[in-house]
Amino acid sequence: MPEITLIEYDGQTHIIEAESGKSLMQNALDNMVPGIDADCGGGCACGTCHCFIEKNWGEVTGASEPVEDALLGMRPDRKDNSRLSCQIEVTDEMNGMIVRLPEYQM
Amino acid sequence: MNTTNELPNSKTTPLDQFDLSDPRLYEQDAWRPFFARLREEDPVHYQSESPFGPFWSVTRFADIMAVETNHEAFSSEPTIVIGDLTEDLPVEMFIAMDPPKHDVQRRAVQPAVAPKNLAQMESLIRSRVTAILDDLPVGETFNWVDKVSINLTTQMLATLFDFPFEDHHKLTYWSDLAAGSPEMAGGNVSEEERLVGLTECLETFTNLWHERKGREDSFDLISLMQRDPNTADLVERPMEYLGNLLLLIVGGNDTTRNSATGGVLALNQNPGEYDKLRANHDLITPMVSEIIRWQTPLMHMRRTATRDIEFQGKKIQKGDKVVMWYLSGNRDESTIEQADDFIIDRKNPRHHSSFGFGVHRCMGNRLAEMQLRILWEEIMQRFSHVEVVGEPQRVLSTFVRGYETLPVKLHPL
Ligand code: HEM
Ligand code: FES
Repeated sequence: MPEITLIEYDGQTHIIEAESGKSLMQNALDNMVPGIDADCGGGCACGTCHCFIEKNWGEVTGASEPVEDALLGMRPDRKDNSRLSCQIEVTDEMNGMIVRLPEYQM
Repeated sequence: MNTTNELPNSKTTPLDQFDLSDPRLYEQDAWRPFFARLREEDPVHYQSESPFGPFWSVTRFADIMAVETNHEAFSSEPTIVIGDLTEDLPVEMFIAMDPPKHDVQRRAVQPAVAPKNLAQMESLIRSRVTAILDDLPVGETFNWVDKVSINLTTQMLATLFDFPFEDHHKLTYWSDLAAGSPEMAGGNVSEEERLVGLTECLETFTNLWHERKGREDSFDLISLMQRDPNTADLVERPMEYLGNLLLLIVGGNDTTRNSATGGVLALNQNPGEYDKLRANHDLITPMVSEIIRWQTPLMHMRRTATRDIEFQGKKIQKGDKVVMWYLSGNRDESTIEQADDFIIDRKNPRHHSSFGFGVHRCMGNRLAEMQLRILWEEIMQRFSHVEVVGEPQRVLSTFVRGYETLPVKLHPL
């Protein structure tokens, strides 16, 4: 069970025992971490599960696909390390990963 | 109902004789069994004849999502309703554009309605809502649509643009002009009236832009556009400026208005849910999403196939119209449990199709939710029951699902 740290915009930190094979979004919801809305339920169709992957973890999580990229493009607060958490499948390699959550979802 | 021209029987009529573009289906609120049958028997359905020509109907939640996230094959150009618009002014609205042009334009105005900015507007919006509610007659029958829903939506728009109070009715007028083709809102506006009206709209907003320049302390949409580097010179691109304004005006008009009415109707048809709400005002937030799902203020959006494509076993041809019925997606039991029921404490209330999906997903969704939340917070502070005392009269349209009238009587706390 990889341990993942999610940090809310105001600094509140949540360390979760994530379940490999499930999406990062689902893991956050299952652990009641606030700050992810996931309106479309993980369909890569709403953009409300936005998060920022701490720099050195980009390789483990991989790059975004075109549809995800298009949705991220609509986010006013997009950064280079922006991802949709429903499109990241948690693996054991992510043990220790740090993820930051945005100020708002829309 | 006109007996010589009755709606077909939803159970016995062959599917190829359904006309889903018949606005009477929605005016008479008779659409449910038709879509239920399609979802079951022919979820991606081709209708070869209609007043708007042939079109495909996509009726299941998951399929709607699939069409919306494939904007390369399913384009938003030239338009996003069943009918084809006659375009007299080349107004540029990004809702009817594909990426990358869509993205550039939307990105420029989206920050204006980000939750961060909305928070700055909340107290002003609340004071407007309070004024409307405090002015209502208690204990006598009146039309909720006029006195609350329309009034409220107009005031909201005026607030968002910080539009001169005395002229605020003009916003509603321009919205009707912009959306007033028969196929969109059931209106009937001549080309000349439209041209004159929209030209006045542009002039008015151009003046507002110049008057407002340099004010650093305001959070209205015009000021926000001025402060954003991407839109700081928007006024120099008049058709884009007008297009963005109209899109914000139209987008937030019929939709919020009919949700404000639909919520009252839904609670009256489901007294048990109204009791839950009275007992726990924390349910207002999930209820607002449930109202938006249950109402589905915009019943469809249309796409046009850019190439031949096989979709769910059907061969869609280049140029075909593909209509995504949000109304039906929101009743799809394979995605939403007890989809026909109004349940204010659903577990995932935002999991609905009313705002669409993909890059065109409603830009004002958090704004709409905030407006309705404030409305219900203030209603619950004042009235024990907004009682519906007669049948609603519904809008005749294939696009907007709404109400002309809803007679109500207020009971104070
Ligand atoms: C309950 C209220 C509302 C509903 C049900 C609603 C529904 C929709 C729908 C179905 C779409 C098209 C989505 C798609 O094609 O996937 C849309 C787009 C849009 N809406 Fe809303 N809307 C609402 C309120 C608002 C408000 C208050 C605004 C004002 C800011 C607004 C602004 C827009 C804009 C600008 C677009 C175009 C987005 C794009 O093409 O990228 N809407 N809305
Ligand atoms: S949950 Fe909708 S895009 Fe991730």
